[in-house]
Amino acid sequence: MMTASLDATFAALADPTRRAILARLAQGEATVTELVSPFQLSQPAISKHLKVLEKAGLITRGKDAQKRPCRIAAEPLAEANEWLEDYRKIWEAHFDRLDSLLDELKARKNPEKS
Amino acid sequence: MRNALKVTTPTDREIVVTRRFNAPRELVWDAMSRPELLKRWVTGPPGWEMTVCEEDARVGGTFRWAWTGPDGAAMSMSGVYHEVTPPERCVRIERFDFGCGPAGAEQLATLDLADMGETTELTITLLYSSKEARDGAAASGMEHGMAAGYDRLDEILQAAMV
Repeated sequence: MMTASLDATFAALADPTRRAILARLAQGEATVTELVSPFQLSQPAISKHLKVLEKAGLITRGKDAQKRPCRIAAEPLAEANEWLEDYRKIWEAHFDRLDSLLDELKARKNPEKS
Repeated sequence: MRNALKVTTPTDREIVVTRRFNAPRELVWDAMSRPELLKRWVTGPPGWEMTVCEEDARVGGTFRWAWTGPDGAAMSMSGVYHEVTPPERCVRIERFDFGCGPAGAEQLATLDLADMGETTELTITLLYSSKEARDGAAASGMEHGMAAGYDRLDEILQAAMV
């Protein structure tokens, strides 16, 4: 597990505003100015969130010095999703084991039925 | 056939896990409350083993679960029972001592088992002190929250990967 980068990804994703920004960027690139109005936050506040997202590698910024449009970077998100999927599998593995145990308990309780 | 595991976030502070089991409710309750049975399925991630399962399932009683993993890794959680109504409901405070979530983080866990005759529907509701605590717990991958609180994130991820 690539923990250091995943830590940064999850730290960045732990904030609801940043997740909302990502959801907005998933629909297409946007400049800071374009992000300010839907979130009712100040430009410095938005910029701060963007810096965290950029540092986590979740977004990239354009080179245009004035506008620096933000784009979502899919790769770390895919990695995070894979990580979450691993844990979902652990949950499922637990419940699968519980299924087997329940079958065994049922058989023990009603030997004539099974 | 495997029954589907469903995870939802009905409110900002909750994670709800539901799944159906093909066994009568009393058996599911037994498997979820007797230490010798719990140890057989709450084993943790692959390569881990549940080594401690102390259960005093009555109002005010405590529990402590601990696991050991590869290279001496360890995790544990403990807590106190608030409500125990066999075989249908149990409410307890769960605290992650170390290894499986933000240390000291607490959640109120409610287990409901609905009697559907030959099958049982399990619902686990995890309530956190705040949205941030929930998201943090889910992100750090603790046992119950694992995979869980992120359907909203899942939407973002799906949107991002189209």
